[in-house]
Amino acid sequence: MTVRPAETLRGGPRRGRVRRRGRAVPLPLLVPALAGLAFLLLPLIALLLRTPWSTLPEQLTSPGVWQALRLSLVCATAATGLSLLIGVPLAWLLARTDFPGRGLVRALVTLPLVLPPVVGGVALLLALGRNGVVGQWLDAWFGITLPFTTAGVVIAETFVAMPFLVISVEGTLRAADPRFEEAATTLGASRFTAFRRVTLPLIAPGVAAGAVLAWARALGEFGATITFAGNFPGRTQTMPLAVYLALQNDPAAAIALSLVLLAVSIAVLAGLRDRWMTAS
Amino acid sequence: MIRSTRRSRRTVQVAGVGAAALLALTACSSSGSTDSSAESDPSSSASQRLSGEVTVFAAASLKESFTTLGEEFEKQHPGTKVTFSFGGSDSLAASITGGAPADVFAAASPKTMAIVSDAGDTSAAPETFVRNQLEIATLPGNPDKISSLKDLTKSGLKVVLCDESVPCGAAAQKALDAAGVELTPVSYEQDVKSALTKVELKEADAALVYKTDVRAAGGKVEGVDFPESADAVNDYPIALLKDAPNKAAGQTFIELVRSAQGRQVLTGAGFLEP
Repeated sequence: MTVRPAETLRGGPRRGRVRRRGRAVPLPLLVPALAGLAFLLLPLIALLLRTPWSTLPEQLTSPGVWQALRLSLVCATAATGLSLLIGVPLAWLLARTDFPGRGLVRALVTLPLVLPPVVGGVALLLALGRNGVVGQWLDAWFGITLPFTTAGVVIAETFVAMPFLVISVEGTLRAADPRFEEAATTLGASRFTAFRRVTLPLIAPGVAAGAVLAWARALGEFGATITFAGNFPGRTQTMPLAVYLALQNDPAAAIALSLVLLAVSIAVLAGLRDRWMTAS
Repeated sequence: MIRSTRRSRRTVQVAGVGAAALLALTACSSSGSTDSSAESDPSSSASQRLSGEVTVFAAASLKESFTTLGEEFEKQHPGTKVTFSFGGSDSLAASITGGAPADVFAAASPKTMAIVSDAGDTSAAPETFVRNQLEIATLPGNPDKISSLKDLTKSGLKVVLCDESVPCGAAAQKALDAAGVELTPVSYEQDVKSALTKVELKEADAALVYKTDVRAAGGKVEGVDFPESADAVNDYPIALLKDAPNKAAGQTFIELVRSAQGRQVLTGAGFLEP
């Protein structure tokens, strides 16, 4: 009995199988596959080719860069934590319970995946802004305003990134055999205990894979962040925002910043992927 | 599809040179003109020759007035079609130097126009056609009683500025420096419209934006003039582009913008005469 996270999320079939089939890849598949690979890699290569290597050290040692990078890492991690806290239970609800309108709820949960992030930012403003549907009460009762704060960045990133975690965990849950949970409950465990002690360890790789995806998506978030949280160095200016604004008048700085973001993303995805995403 | 339009553009270009020469003549001799600048005469025979698409890249702040002028142009020259690309001047300039097929570029600052003219992509020296002044945008009714730049530093007040890398932000910084006011905003926005939006949605209490943006927002914000804005007026240059696919029509559009009629539309939107 193995847990099978969605194929796309665990990076395709196992390596051994790829190698065995690799000898016999037919040309009509190989050529477009290589074109696809080149298409995805070319922009990254261009970035490396155009990097102003000679001035790179001074570009990267400016305090603004580290400030933005630190904020990016902190906010993406916080957004992932928040996503785990509320996204895993949501995924469980979608996968393990049956209620009217579940199909619609599933569709709505994945909406932020296709929604333009700027639209998400506007929606967040209208919901949680100082004058928003819920935000005005947060302000009146607790004195909390989210726009223009670091918490606002975390909210914006969570909104955009959490669906990645939810669909990943839900897929894993659907693939996992529910009989283990049922066995646990028949042996006297409560449903929550069964979830905590049986289900969660069973789906851990899927949760980890979803968390990595969510983290990476949060790290790259731009549209919702700049719309909802604004742009202030050290408080809400994450790396993507810094890159965008640098592009207006200092393209070399923008390239340098992009390179940092690229390096961090690759390092984390590669590092975590081997450890978590291919484990089963 | 791109290839076929290119081919037809070439023929338009050839016809365009003749049309432009004729136009220049009729413009000079037009007797109905009340001001010194060249005005296109809708009844002249030369204007009949204009046809095809005119592509105008213009700063986002020109959207309302240029759209009006575009409709007027199409009415005056049946058979033409004006296509606009509105956006941040910097990104428009980058598209033009990157080879975007445009006829006319109207920028929100000489600095962004210089990106294009320095690359040798303009066919003549850019000319300033309007100027834009900053104003403080406040919530309707001005509940915070803001009457000067200094008032923006009141504690608890949420103010947004444009980032210094975009023209409205550079102008705002100039005005604040002139007033000797040190202001910490809650956000540096990426363009003037998003700064204004934050006030429209009541998320911020005030923003430094252009007069024209306050005017365009209708009653959703209230404008407050301040004397230091005179030190931070933005010039808007316009130029015909060197690789313009439809030079004659592009030139005629610029003439319309600079005519008395064009000026009326622009000042009506809150722009200042150069």
